[in-house]
Amino acid sequence: MSASQEFLVFAEFVALALLSLSFLLTVVRVLVGPSLPDRVLALDMLVTIAIGFIAVIGIRTGFTLYLDIAIALGLVGFLATVAFARFVLSRRYEQEFVKRDTLGIYGDKDQ
Amino acid sequence: MGDVLNILTGALMIIGAAFTLVAAIGILRLPDLYTRMHAASKAGTLGSGLLLIALAIFAQDQAIVTRALAAVVFFLLTAPISAHLLAKAAYAAGYKLWGRSVHDEMANAGGDATTPDAEARSDKE
Repeated sequence: MSASQEFLVFAEFVALALLSLSFLLTVVRVLVGPSLPDRVLALDMLVTIAIGFIAVIGIRTGFTLYLDIAIALGLVGFLATVAFARFVLSRRYEQEFVKRDTLGIYGDKDQ
Repeated sequence: MGDVLNILTGALMIIGAAFTLVAAIGILRLPDLYTRMHAASKAGTLGSGLLLIALAIFAQDQAIVTRALAAVVFFLLTAPISAHLLAKAAYAAGYKLWGRSVHDEMANAGGDATTPDAEARSDKE
């Protein structure tokens, strides 16, 4: 095994570790919210990270067939975000969140 | 030749994964929806795009290279559209900017447009 191949294996490990870490951080954002669009955005980010995972797995194992799944996943993620945007538009911000703004993140507002 | 390709693939993988990590940290740490969206839709797309380009360089098969590049172009086209739609919907639904935001371009033009919209919705209820 030449030096460049060792570097490639090392890079695969590093990339998988970084992607796993970013996946975890994004999952934390999905869990804590605090509002619906934040969660939608984090789910969109999860799709992006999953596509990155598929690319790295394709390099590591040689199963490049997963690339088709990555394209389909990107399409599904895009359509899901568009649909969620329509859903956000149909919900009132006041009802969902302002009355429960205990941390005062979104500024003080008459309650 | 093979050495150069291996090193290029590895470097692209590490850079792409690092950009994805930056996007995830941005999503976790930035203060409001709009700044988080800025991290996710730019750094995230660049990260996964670089990983797909690394796959295209590594595979050296015409079918795979074409599909990987098609996927990159697809993400570059759709990521701004979905981010813009979500930001527009969130702004119209009344989600506030961060308290220390410097400037709100839509405060006059878009703000007026959303107010009758919200009134129309509250009329319906």
